[in-house]
Amino acid sequence: MKTAVEIAEERADRWGHQLYAGRARAILERAFIALRSSTWVPIVTGFIEPVLYLLAFGYGMGELIGDVDSGRGTVDYAVFIAPGLLATSAMNGAIYDSTWNVFFKLNESKLYKGMLATPLGPLDVALGEITWALLRGLSYAIAFLAITAPLGLVPGVSAILAIPAAVFIAFGFASFGMAITSYFKTYQQMGMINIVLLPMFLFSGSLYPISVYPDWLEFLIQLFPSWHGIELVRDLWFGYWDSGTLLHLGYFCVMIVTGLYFTTRRLRNLFMR
Amino acid sequence: MPESLISARGLTKKYGDFTAVDAIDFDVAKGESFGLLGPNGAGKSTTMRIIAATSQRSSGTISILGRDPEEHGPQIRAHLGVVPQQDNLDGELTVSENLFIYGRYFGLSKKFIQNKIEELLDFAQLQDKRDAKVEALSGGMKRRLTIARALVSEPDILMLDEPTTGLDPQARHILWDRLFRLKETGVTLVITTHFMDEAEQLCDRLVVMDKGKIMAEGSPLELIKQYSTKEVLEVRFGSDRNKEVAPILREMCSRIEELPDRILMYVEDGEALLEAITAKKLHPTTSLVRRSSLEDVFLRLTGRSLIE
Amino acid sequence: MNQGIDVAKIRSRGATYVAEARIAQMMKWKGIIAIVAIGNPLFYLVAIGIGIGVLVNENSGTSGTGGVEYITFIAPALLASAALTGALDEAMFPVMEGFKWRKLFYAINATPINPGQIVLGVFIGAIARVVFTVVCYWALLIAFGVVTIGQSWDVIPVTIFAAGAFAAVIMGITASVKNEDYFMTVLNRLIIMPMFLFSGTFFPLNTMPVFLQPIGWISPLWHATELGRYFSYGYSISGTMLLVHFSYLIVMMVAGFKLANRKFAERLAK
Repeated sequence: MKTAVEIAEERADRWGHQLYAGRARAILERAFIALRSSTWVPIVTGFIEPVLYLLAFGYGMGELIGDVDSGRGTVDYAVFIAPGLLATSAMNGAIYDSTWNVFFKLNESKLYKGMLATPLGPLDVALGEITWALLRGLSYAIAFLAITAPLGLVPGVSAILAIPAAVFIAFGFASFGMAITSYFKTYQQMGMINIVLLPMFLFSGSLYPISVYPDWLEFLIQLFPSWHGIELVRDLWFGYWDSGTLLHLGYFCVMIVTGLYFTTRRLRNLFMR
Repeated sequence: MPESLISARGLTKKYGDFTAVDAIDFDVAKGESFGLLGPNGAGKSTTMRIIAATSQRSSGTISILGRDPEEHGPQIRAHLGVVPQQDNLDGELTVSENLFIYGRYFGLSKKFIQNKIEELLDFAQLQDKRDAKVEALSGGMKRRLTIARALVSEPDILMLDEPTTGLDPQARHILWDRLFRLKETGVTLVITTHFMDEAEQLCDRLVVMDKGKIMAEGSPLELIKQYSTKEVLEVRFGSDRNKEVAPILREMCSRIEELPDRILMYVEDGEALLEAITAKKLHPTTSLVRRSSLEDVFLRLTGRSLIE
Repeated sequence: MNQGIDVAKIRSRGATYVAEARIAQMMKWKGIIAIVAIGNPLFYLVAIGIGIGVLVNENSGTSGTGGVEYITFIAPALLASAALTGALDEAMFPVMEGFKWRKLFYAINATPINPGQIVLGVFIGAIARVVFTVVCYWALLIAFGVVTIGQSWDVIPVTIFAAGAFAAVIMGITASVKNEDYFMTVLNRLIIMPMFLFSGTFFPLNTMPVFLQPIGWISPLWHATELGRYFSYGYSISGTMLLVHFSYLIVMMVAGFKLANRKFAERLAK
């Protein structure tokens, strides 16, 4: 039986031991216990949203719209929006987990303060929380595919790649969202997040191709991470690869690295003042 | 000379222009119960956070178990149990889950923690609340759970920041009893408090802090001996008359303190002085003779009251 | 003693004081409330109205929307939806805060103000927010040329009324909830979201499969939307249905108030 001290000593001379104790899984373990104990209600009901949108827009709206040019062939409207909704729910879930949820644990319940009073470092906390958000995103994506496949909305087996893609874009949003949240102090500031997100998601082409807009607006939308996320998932959903797909992937690689860097730095500053 | 677990020299912490901790020196010996006494804003909590390796000093040196927290933060934290001023229990978990996961943060094995939980629930007198959510606990229970949680890793040093602030008198006494038992098992305690009675109950030795500086150091008894008299006579004449009477009282004893609501007179024999005052036909509305406390020490050192 | 305190006056105007406090509280959020009130319609109209409107027009013209442009069709629905969302915010959060988070209602109840007046005060506060939201939205619709002033001014009082009915019900329900752990999440995902999507907001209710249509029938948003369409662009509706929509909303309002009054009195008496 090793003592807490011996466990900590093992890493004493490793590079980055001040930031990372190699125990992000303890944070993950906490999330699982909390899931069993209390947080299952919001988590289980979380996958309902994209399904409802799919029902309402795919079938109700589909009656009025018919077929759409997806840029990868003309398809039924419901088929067009399915990957868009998958991407949107992955991003929204990651954003919620990394903003409101983190804000609460940072400022209200002071949970992170308690964690960082132990040998854990800020990177353990950040990685653990983000991994949890991704696992959640992963299970939603699988559930979504399981629902849409029997409805005939999945064009081929290769669409299974849309699952890792959804998790990947969620990673980008989660790491970035956490970094941004660490700067916010009041609920009013947090309210701004929702305000920024609304247009970002309405305009990013989940419900219609952005080619309906004038060029300048289309260009502006193409700067949004949400547009890249939706396009990436849609590409893979349709088994379609081109240089654009790589661009979307690159966009999220940059987002993930920058987000993680700032999150770790900020957490360190916040708790080592 | 006993082994020194914590040793600070010229320890300073600045936030911009504000100096929260101003070049303080202190040592904490193994097995000792060490107190930081002072009013809110004296720099106690900042000092605690530097010891706990969750705040970086601006200058000076500090070593905890022979190590520098700036170099070995995680290793030092593995030796510590931290009880913050504001409870930060995990509201999404039950009482026993709180203990369990905290042990996991230290990397301890599940089996070890499971056995430890029983011991800690007994210690915190929370056996029948083990499956309750934190929200359902009273303030005193929450604080006991926070202390139990800090003990899950069997720390060498337990850090308690204002452990009984906000608790009712009964809950405080229960808590003091628990802490006293811990002390008996040889755990080193570092306690901040602005309550005199708490410092007197729990601390073997303490430093009195004010405005980031250490004003005095010693055991509660030594401090009282050095900075106060054996007894204190408290008299009240009503807020208007206190001022009138003060100059007369000043003639009768070597040191008096005028507070807004009462006058404190420092003497060896309080009853005798009270008789002398009554003999002068100065009839106080209320009077009380008591032993000197750390409150009097603080008043002497800073000219201010601890709780304002 | 008590010279400045006129108990009779407080008793008669209690609700006004509560409403004042609510509005003062909202002023802390005025920036966000204003951005939402203007941004929300703007974004929805441009994104859904124009974006999806293009697709609808290409495919089925105006045949699916009863002969009007898609943007005209959804405008009253979006207006109603914004009004109901505003009402939800200002009816749910204050009640949570009042009973649970900050226990403000218990403090108010210790003054001569009675529980019924607290209900009314919170309601007035919610209506104030709704009026602001609806007026901003309507002004934008005029600016976009979606509706005309002369033809559509009466959509304002009708929509406010519908949002009021919804606010009353939400107050009653929120006050009935003892364990609020995930009340908001559940309410949002299982009630508000389906209501928003299946109330004939974005497409006529009857284009939905029949088994989904009852969601619309019980949803105040559908009734509000139908009335909104009737009053804003002359959407044709039978006299009977007009009566049904109004009656439904009136019943909601009355039942909501009854429930809220009862629950407030019960909880404050404890």
